[in-house]
Amino acid sequence: MKVQRLAEDNPAAVLTVVFILLFVATDIVNRAQGDGAFLTLKQISTTFLYAAVLGLMSAGQTLVMLTGGVDLSVATTATAGAFTVSRFGTHGSGTAIVLALAVGLAIGLVNGIGIGVFRVNALIMTLGISTITLGYLTVAAQKQFTALVPNFVVTLGSERFLTYIPYDLLVWAPVAAVIILGLRYAGLGRAIYAVGDNPVASRLGGIRVWQVLLVVYALCGALSAVAGILLVGFNNAADLGIGSPFLLPSVAAVVIGGTSIFGGLGGYAGTILGALILTVLDSLLTILNASQAVRQMIYGTIVLALAAIYARATAGAE
Amino acid sequence: MTGSTPLLDVRGLAKSYGPVVALRSADLQVVPGEVHALLGANGAGKSTLVKLLTGVVSADAGTVSLAGHPVRVASPAASARLGLAPVFQDPALVPDLTVAQNMRLTGTDPEAVRRELNELDLDVDFSEQARDVPLPLLRMIDLARALARRPELLLLDEITAALPSDLAERVFTVMAGLRENGRSVLFITHRLKEVTATCDRATILRDGGAVATIDPRERGEEAIVGYMLGPEAAHAAAEAAQKDASAVHAPPPADSAAALEVDSVTVGRVQDVSFVLRPGEILGIAALEGQGQGELFDVLSGQRTPESGEIRIAGRPLRTRHPYDAIRAGVVLVPADRLQALLPQRSVRENVAAPRYNRVGRWGAINMRDEGRRVRQAVDALQIDVRAGRQVRRLSGGNQQKVTIARWLASGFRTMLCFDPTRGIDVGTKRQIYGLLRQLADDGGAILFFSSELTEFPLVCDRVLTLFGGRITAELPGQAADEASLLRAMHGLVEAGDGEAA
Amino acid sequence: MGAFALLFVLVLYWRTQTAARWGPFDVQSLAIDALPLCFAACGQAIVILSGGIDLSVGSMMSLVNVVSARALLHLSFRDALLVSLLIVAGAALVGAFTGLLIVVTRVADIIVTLAMLFVLGGAALAVLEVPGGGAPIRYQNLVTLDTLATKWAPSAIGVLLGAYVVLWVPVRRTRVGLSLYAIGSSRSAAYLAGVNVPRSRIVAYAYSGAFAALGGLALTAASGLGDPNSGTIYTLNSVAAVVLGGVSLLGGVGGLIGPIAAAFVLTLVKTLMILKGVDQNWAQVIQGALIVLVVMIGGLAVRQKGKGS
Repeated sequence: MKVQRLAEDNPAAVLTVVFILLFVATDIVNRAQGDGAFLTLKQISTTFLYAAVLGLMSAGQTLVMLTGGVDLSVATTATAGAFTVSRFGTHGSGTAIVLALAVGLAIGLVNGIGIGVFRVNALIMTLGISTITLGYLTVAAQKQFTALVPNFVVTLGSERFLTYIPYDLLVWAPVAAVIILGLRYAGLGRAIYAVGDNPVASRLGGIRVWQVLLVVYALCGALSAVAGILLVGFNNAADLGIGSPFLLPSVAAVVIGGTSIFGGLGGYAGTILGALILTVLDSLLTILNASQAVRQMIYGTIVLALAAIYARATAGAE
Repeated sequence: MTGSTPLLDVRGLAKSYGPVVALRSADLQVVPGEVHALLGANGAGKSTLVKLLTGVVSADAGTVSLAGHPVRVASPAASARLGLAPVFQDPALVPDLTVAQNMRLTGTDPEAVRRELNELDLDVDFSEQARDVPLPLLRMIDLARALARRPELLLLDEITAALPSDLAERVFTVMAGLRENGRSVLFITHRLKEVTATCDRATILRDGGAVATIDPRERGEEAIVGYMLGPEAAHAAAEAAQKDASAVHAPPPADSAAALEVDSVTVGRVQDVSFVLRPGEILGIAALEGQGQGELFDVLSGQRTPESGEIRIAGRPLRTRHPYDAIRAGVVLVPADRLQALLPQRSVRENVAAPRYNRVGRWGAINMRDEGRRVRQAVDALQIDVRAGRQVRRLSGGNQQKVTIARWLASGFRTMLCFDPTRGIDVGTKRQIYGLLRQLADDGGAILFFSSELTEFPLVCDRVLTLFGGRITAELPGQAADEASLLRAMHGLVEAGDGEAA
Repeated sequence: MGAFALLFVLVLYWRTQTAARWGPFDVQSLAIDALPLCFAACGQAIVILSGGIDLSVGSMMSLVNVVSARALLHLSFRDALLVSLLIVAGAALVGAFTGLLIVVTRVADIIVTLAMLFVLGGAALAVLEVPGGGAPIRYQNLVTLDTLATKWAPSAIGVLLGAYVVLWVPVRRTRVGLSLYAIGSSRSAAYLAGVNVPRSRIVAYAYSGAFAALGGLALTAASGLGDPNSGTIYTLNSVAAVVLGGVSLLGGVGGLIGPIAAAFVLTLVKTLMILKGVDQNWAQVIQGALIVLVVMIGGLAVRQKGKGS
């Protein structure tokens, strides 16, 4: 009971503990297999490197879920961003990046218009958009062009400076700061929480809900595109499935981080820890040489267990 | 009423939600053949006791006995089986099913329900979807369903709130009928007049425990209020009431510029309504259920547009496509249903400050110090008790309503539309709200006030307009707005010469 | 009702598009093609009208597909039918377990069924890592070749209607069935009225499991093969079919016939596009856009109706 009380008051602390425990567990397993230590600076640095992509996609997902929605198109939007960089890489990294961001923003705006203005259910809208995006990308990929990932992007996505600090943290950290501070200290942040908590009351209070939704889905699209840019830099190539492994983890990271899927409660700090936890979990499963089947089953069980602990904690506080 | 075993015997019932003690230790006895009122301020534990008796939540301690046998009520279904028939404030009818299907859902014989409805002089189309049936009628169907079960104890939770007086009368007849048959009613209400008129005994809860069981007809309303508030608070309230009665609230001169002008407006049931509201004035609207007051407030708050006619704010025509347009013109709404105004999971501060961020221009960085100051001022002015926690849903009903008003204090307004602002609120908080409204008017605000409780009008309003069939039938000065005159006008019975609104 | 109108129009259009004479064979192929989605849509419809959602439908179909492909391979027709029945019952239990998890952990259904998507998908991979297995020929023919009474009525439709009549029709107007609608319409009103909410939720997910299993068996019968990824697209397509079929995502409204018709519409749209030589990927784009448009129009229509009252 005391542990539960601690969990209620300090969800971030609990998540950090889980993260550390998982890291230690991975270390133990790694040593047991004779592959040496895992709890090294290099591995920690690698974990953050990997986690940035998930962290950015989950950032957009956090904003969307705070308004009570969900965005199932984050993966295909990331793929679209990756593809755009590769397609226009020959025009220079600046152009490629700007175009990729524009693509992400555009996709997000379309989502926002459908959901905010036309009141289409978020699940359906984003699902439909993801289908359309993927189909379009498949057609576009078959056309002839020179694929090139600019060096700048490769550096950003896969390399480190000062030996241990990944360049992509230079993207993730500022974004995280803006989101966390914005949600707490900006009027838009308050409007987001209001719309998620009670859209009827928000409207009666004068908030144009469609405006908030439009902004939130557009931001999500843009953030997914940024994730895609880092992804293509990491892989040094874009393939059509590049984003898909991150879709369901992006939702999971938000839930594990304590944001309510019904909206109005939560924040990005928890999501960051959720993304880190899922990344370490992935490493652990890789080291265990788990088959795809076992990995999936364990992944699902752990997501459920963590979500259940959270549900207990918030329900108990009522 | 002899020394028989009590029908319902509650001893030491307790319930806490984590650190919050909702019910400390409650005792209650209801004997067969009585109408027993359960009273108490919001936060006194009344709603918790009801939830415990009906099985919605489970108790931490204490015993409940029915006809001498200790029972454990695990769910609403279980309470029904035990001979306890609750009628909750929100009708337990599923909106997307027809009335007949709702009956079948709960294993109730539709014919029995129809018979009960006929006894209540009501006729309902059972093939209609529950969502299309007006709320008061839904409540009566819920009541009929409870009666069809032939319960030993009928539990009525705030059933008369928002029931038009003719239906409320039928409920009282039913209660008396049950009493004659040796069965009992546990009657929960905030309307003390009903208690003194219909109940044999009344148990008052305060601070999570029962403090007194009295005969309301003998002791009267003031005694009840005294028990509800506690000795010091009662004294202070009595003093305040004295002050209220003697305070002269100066209405504005008749030729001052209007804050709000309604000019021949037609919308929904509202037909060609015109009136004027001046700054510093509290104007009451009195009406039976469904006479157009809902549409009137909807159109003034920007939720609907008039079909014809014009609304002018400080002389300028008001065109609304969204509540924002009304708010921008200084017209703000305090709705009856707190669920329409509050962000339940957010803090008091966020709720009070919320309307400030309703436009893109305000989406940038928040000036935290300025916001803190405004929020504090509003919270203090309304004496909101914020101890209950960081989420507004944990506050008592009265405090929640104060938060809905505080929002507009913090972001400013010129005209405040109050639609039944004291619905379901305890007496003490009601008085605070009356005082506050008068204060706001004295400070220059214009207030439009609708209430389903007629006794409030002379306490609060400078003038009262009555609405019947969508038209204004009478205008009465505040002090002359006694129940009888209001009721007559609300039923459209006006003598020749009763004025119409300006 | 809109789904039926759409279906009618599309079928007429279809007749004009086939190169050869349009005949029972085409109806047969459509039925085979649409059958798995029809079953998936039925299960999803029941969950959605009870106020929930099931993202694990596709994974359950994959799992049943691979399990039945291994189990039925060397069985006689009669034994295959019996084992199929067992599989459906087992899947209903798994579905009930999902419902139980949702009730007990109090985690949102979208998350729990998402987690089950992973777990069941992993289980499918564990059973069969690559496509394999098979089913007795007569079993396959039940869906692919047989017809009832006339050659215009493929037995696939018979199986579908049979399942509908046996599993849903006797229940939907009883207390159990009405409880499902009730908890979808207003969970709080249902609870206060005395409905056993947890039990009803579990029942809804049990139904989803059972229908998903039928979908998986349909996949086995139609393809003669077990493939651990065969069910993936059915999760989201089933939601689309349900919405197109007039079931409100908010719960409390709708039936199964609409989603079945919508499943046929979605399948037929795909078929038509292939017929017209549309690139498969453009076909996907068009299908996605179509779904979004229909839901948008549907949403606008509902709002107009609301404004008029």
